[in-house]
Amino acid sequence: MITLGFRLIVVALLAFILLPAVVACIAAFDSRAIIAFPPQGFSWRWFHRALNYEDFRIGFANSLFVAAIASTLSVMIGSGAAYAIDRYAFRGKALLEALLLAPLAIPHFTIGLGALIIAAQIGQSRGWPVVILAHVILVLPFVLRSLYVSLRNIDPRLELAALSLGARPGRVIWTVTLPALAPGLAGGWLFAAILSFNEFTASLFVTAQRTQTLPVAMYNYVREYADPSMAAISALYILLTTIVLVIANRFLGLGRILGTEDARH
Amino acid sequence: MARPFLGIFITPAVLVTAGFVLAMGAVLQYAVLAHIPGELEPGGFSLMHFRDMLRPLYVGVFYDTVRLCFLTAVLALICAYPVALALVRVRSPYLKSAILITSVTPLFLGEVIRTYAWIIVLGHRGFVNATLLGLGVIDQPLALMFTQTGVVIALVHVTLPVVIIMLAAAISHIDRDLERAAAALGAKPLRVFLTVTLPLSMPGIIAGLTTGFAWTFSAFATPQLIGGGKVTMLSNLVYSLGFASFNFPFAAALSVAGLILTAVSLAGFRLLLRPLNRVGVR
Repeated sequence: MITLGFRLIVVALLAFILLPAVVACIAAFDSRAIIAFPPQGFSWRWFHRALNYEDFRIGFANSLFVAAIASTLSVMIGSGAAYAIDRYAFRGKALLEALLLAPLAIPHFTIGLGALIIAAQIGQSRGWPVVILAHVILVLPFVLRSLYVSLRNIDPRLELAALSLGARPGRVIWTVTLPALAPGLAGGWLFAAILSFNEFTASLFVTAQRTQTLPVAMYNYVREYADPSMAAISALYILLTTIVLVIANRFLGLGRILGTEDARH
Repeated sequence: MARPFLGIFITPAVLVTAGFVLAMGAVLQYAVLAHIPGELEPGGFSLMHFRDMLRPLYVGVFYDTVRLCFLTAVLALICAYPVALALVRVRSPYLKSAILITSVTPLFLGEVIRTYAWIIVLGHRGFVNATLLGLGVIDQPLALMFTQTGVVIALVHVTLPVVIIMLAAAISHIDRDLERAAAALGAKPLRVFLTVTLPLSMPGIIAGLTTGFAWTFSAFATPQLIGGGKVTMLSNLVYSLGFASFNFPFAAALSVAGLILTAVSLAGFRLLLRPLNRVGVR
């Protein structure tokens, strides 16, 4: 079934997917201060400039801070909610689940605008809590989906066995469910951290100069300057993301986190 | 059945949900408040924004947004299908990992970096023009930046990874015995694909189309930077109304209209695709 023609189409499409990243990495070494291709000369100066540019440094620190808190909160909040929704029956369960997943279907600019308005109304204009709340709302659906998959893959007999041997429910959750859930938690946490680190549109609405995240700083840079510093930071970003994904794939199985692999196979 | 720790488990999620509902409520509330020029505080109840958005300028943006989203979703689906099929069906685990990592890396780079990279590809002195000029295919640089073509190419690229994931998830659930049965009964590979594999992947196709549509609707940096004001989508309009004109009520009203438009478009999508969905269960 896999014919030569099909292979060529797939290779061409993968090339299309990779093209911009490759072009950006090459353009980062241009010695001229313009966005052009192919580069002329060879220089590390844009890497130097990107790494020393104040807004990028602050943005990087802010993004790390927001991503660390938002992803940790999302995993803590999401694991409790996923467990309760998957295992218990309670009033308002369908509504809670629908509202938790709803941000998937709502444009980021709408969520950003809403967060900005409530922040202004409670006099918390564009501080950290609003940025973090917006990020938690946006990444929680992804964490939930990743945790559902892990929860459903746990053999329920393990929990029943522990219960029948006299363990209290708390002990069962702590010593059976949680360890079995660990890869799912790690995958969900990583997924959430990467998504939060990269979140742009909602952040553009809710961050101020002081709380500006890296994607917002990069956006402002592209609007103001046309030198390859952005290409340099893109190249670093691409390198780092690829390393993280390769490691995640090796240890956690990216296909399982993303649901592209059927667990039964 | 006992439900130990139910309260502890769901209270934090309920609080986040409350934050989300409050934020959406704030958008709804602002949408029906008057804007007083020069003031940040909105005025009293008014439906003026819903009247104002019927002006040709805004109707044009709505129309362009839906058209670009639809076009992007369809093109992304066509490009994603072969990659998703290869991802699920390839036997070598190394090749599988390579395809998976290649196709999802862009998802984790964020919209700004991807859009910036497309500027270097599509720009006046960018990759495409340099290559085509070098090969002698064209003698004038093509205008790709600030055009709908350029915006659609970049939007398809931004949307592709998520559509690939949706499709691969659906294709991985197809029972391969059905394909083997068709082949054993004498169907050629293409016929097996068209009559068995493709219909059975219909749930993924529908999920991919709707997600692609919603994802594109949410795009901001791509139309903003590659469209450069020549191609405006609803997201750009909402942002400029908020941060350039400080007309937050109108921005909120446009967001509400956008939500309604997405819901209507997606419902229309499902209705249109319903006959296709039955193909698989026949």
